[in-house]
Amino acid sequence: MSEAKGLIKSHTVKKYWMGATGLFLCLFLVGHLAGNLQLFLDGYEGRLQFNEYAVFMTTNPAVKILSYVTYFSILFHAVDGLVITINNRKARPEGYAYSKPSANSLWSSRNMGILGTVIFVYILVHMQNFWYEYKFGETPYMMSEDGQSPMLLDGSSVNGGMIENGEVVKAGESLGPAMRDLYAIVIESFQEPILVAFYVLGMIAIAFHLIHGFQSGFQSLGLKNRKYGPMIDKLGYAFAIVVPLLFAVIPVYLFLVK
Amino acid sequence: MSADKAINITLKVWRQKNADAKGALETYKLDGVSTSSSFLEMMDQLNEQLINEGGSPVQFDHDCREGICGSCNMYINGQPHGPASLNTTCQLHMRSFKDGDTIYVEPWRAKAFPVIKDLVVDRSAFDRIQQAGGFVSVNTSGNTQDANAIPIEKDNADMAFDAATCIGCGACVAACKNASASLFVAAKVSQYALLPQGQVEAKDRVLNMVKQAQKEGFGPCSNTGACEVECPKGISLENIARMNREYLAASLSK
Repeated sequence: MSEAKGLIKSHTVKKYWMGATGLFLCLFLVGHLAGNLQLFLDGYEGRLQFNEYAVFMTTNPAVKILSYVTYFSILFHAVDGLVITINNRKARPEGYAYSKPSANSLWSSRNMGILGTVIFVYILVHMQNFWYEYKFGETPYMMSEDGQSPMLLDGSSVNGGMIENGEVVKAGESLGPAMRDLYAIVIESFQEPILVAFYVLGMIAIAFHLIHGFQSGFQSLGLKNRKYGPMIDKLGYAFAIVVPLLFAVIPVYLFLVK
Repeated sequence: MSADKAINITLKVWRQKNADAKGALETYKLDGVSTSSSFLEMMDQLNEQLINEGGSPVQFDHDCREGICGSCNMYINGQPHGPASLNTTCQLHMRSFKDGDTIYVEPWRAKAFPVIKDLVVDRSAFDRIQQAGGFVSVNTSGNTQDANAIPIEKDNADMAFDAATCIGCGACVAACKNASASLFVAAKVSQYALLPQGQVEAKDRVLNMVKQAQKEGFGPCSNTGACEVECPKGISLENIARMNREYLAASLSK
């Protein structure tokens, strides 16, 4: 029992969780990015595909389970990170009068807590912008291409149907929930330059977080060695640059083009 | 080899009367320091000056003065063992500094390394970590086996030797923003983990040594890599990955 308690308190075990949840969130980023890239699709087809994707992401049971694992990972990563940061500080109660940390380590490696806090705030704003708006806000409804008929979640349009309380109703009979137009919300949101700048800044924070975090996750879990270590470092750098860059291009593109 | 010349420097040295006293940086001018002298010889020169002026000399740890014992431990101008790399304080030469330089000299800073006096810190925490498992138990019954009777893969032998070059100076702790002893513990775990003789006690060793390090008050490892850069023996971070691997396997099975 005391051994088990020791494991929960162990710095090393806390770092295993940090690495495991962090690397899982890297996978999540890839999935999220793949979905976002659909915003580059043009015309009605693009709008329909994106909104159908939004339906899939909010109704599919497998996605639902994954999303709970993701929420858990984000929260656990944040709380675990906070506890680790407190322990970090405790180990050196009296600091140096003159220290030159840039001589031996990267700024991003030393400031993961600050970067993580910025990212956490970013996630909250981001969830409010789209997740909350889509679920509980005044999101407009998706209409058929001629703009006349409301649509069901499976993408079929209902000729002569009406929308009442979020349901498609025809001849007094409810046919199921109406598809919402998340695409419209996204386009509208990114007409605001301040929000575009905020999203780009958020991605810069994620990039710096990943420059350290990607390889650090592997290191904490003991997965780096002489053979694969250099490859993991390079892959981490590439991941830290490419993924946030692609994410950041989307709001800028939507601001400039739509 | 650069020609020997004399430089004048300003030193800002941490002075602290005892473990309980509140310390402060004191400023000293030191003229005519030979660029060929080592950092410790310069400190000797400062102490001579202080004694001649009737002051108390700066206390600092030193022993072999050739980079082997791991005794000298000064945080010089913001870096453990000063600006040069792969060297201890005693191997640092005054040619690394220029005439008119101001040099900060501070003790290692860590909760687990309390200052005893001036630049001397209590590093017995490292001894206790070592005692928690950094050894191989051998029953010396009088017919000890020849160590070379057990074949060891060359790569593993080399890596074990590299880990074993750790002199326990504590620069890794001093450099780490979390005052973590991970590189030290990892080196001590690795030097046995890579050898057949170390296998018998491998699980207990890693569990106990890691536990002891945390108990002593050393911080968690943030993988910043500062320790590897500042280590006078160039101990690699891959030892920390190995320790994490060993610890995971040991805690799942023991």
